[in-house]
Amino acid sequence: MKLSRIIEELGLQLRTESCDLDCEVRGCYIGDILSDVMANSAEGYIWLTIHVHPNITAVAEFKGLSGVIVVNGRVPEPETLKKAEEHKIPIFTTGLSSYEIAGRLYLMGLKRAAK
Amino acid sequence: MKDKIVLSQGFEIQGADFVRGGEASCQIVEALRDLAFPPEIVRRAGIASYEMEMNMVLYADHGMLSLTVTPDAIMIFADDQGQGIPDIELAMQNGYSTATQEIREMGFGAGMGLSNIKKNSDKMQITSTVGEGTKVHIVIEANGARSNS
Ligand SMILES: Nc1ncnc2c1ncn2[C@@H]1O[C@H](COP(=O)(O)OP(=O)(O)OP(=O)(O)O)[C@@H](O)[C@H]1O
Ligand SMILES: [Mg+2]
Repeated sequence: MKLSRIIEELGLQLRTESCDLDCEVRGCYIGDILSDVMANSAEGYIWLTIHVHPNITAVAEFKGLSGVIVVNGRVPEPETLKKAEEHKIPIFTTGLSSYEIAGRLYLMGLKRAAK
Repeated sequence: MKDKIVLSQGFEIQGADFVRGGEASCQIVEALRDLAFPPEIVRRAGIASYEMEMNMVLYADHGMLSLTVTPDAIMIFADDQGQGIPDIELAMQNGYSTATQEIREMGFGAGMGLSNIKKNSDKMQITSTVGEGTKVHIVIEANGARSNS
């Protein structure tokens, strides 16, 4: 499923510039424990988290994630966005919770690709 | 030619520097990509390197993260000065962590880092002296894996 379609249907706010929004989202992972996301997400997944600090960019970079959605109306730190732009990782914000976002993604037909 | 060094780099890591924490591993990943290692190997190296780097940021005063690439292998070495690990076997257990509440709120401290390092490397060695520091050394076999070697 194209990232651009997800952005549109969920009304996500894009917080970073010059990122590839045409990429393929291959699955989704919810997690606020960084080592858990490291262990259990996979390439091309979109990640839902409450964290706003710069290390979320590092996790996304190392796992090859397709993007990060910061949920619950939380606001990413400026340093986080700067780093994300350097690594071309799209960061989004939403007022919805992880549950609501994940539920909608599931209904849109985003299932889990093999790891 | 087995021991020929293709690349050798070192990065200084500062304890408690959460803003820069992770940057050295990003540079390691970039260097490995430039050397045309397959994505799967680069990904394993990146995860292991990041967990090693963040453990130094979380638990050490300062340290060095180094990368050495030979035709056969990727080696990453984390050598820190800091509190050290009293019981390595215990520390290696998935779920064991001495992280403070503050660190846990940032999403660290699940006690999964050392397991992630082990899972993503072919060899892993830890030595530590309490009150002095910790050394973690990993090897990822990459025999002939580079597409331009
Ligand atoms: N470089 C180090 N110096 C001192 N202690 C360390 C070091 N690395 C790990 N430890 C000790 O080993 C424990 C387990 O480390 P591990 O990386 O598995 O988990 P964590 O860092 O606590 O949590 P996570 O990695 O999931 O964020 C740590 O809580 C800490 O007590
Ligand atoms: Mg750790």
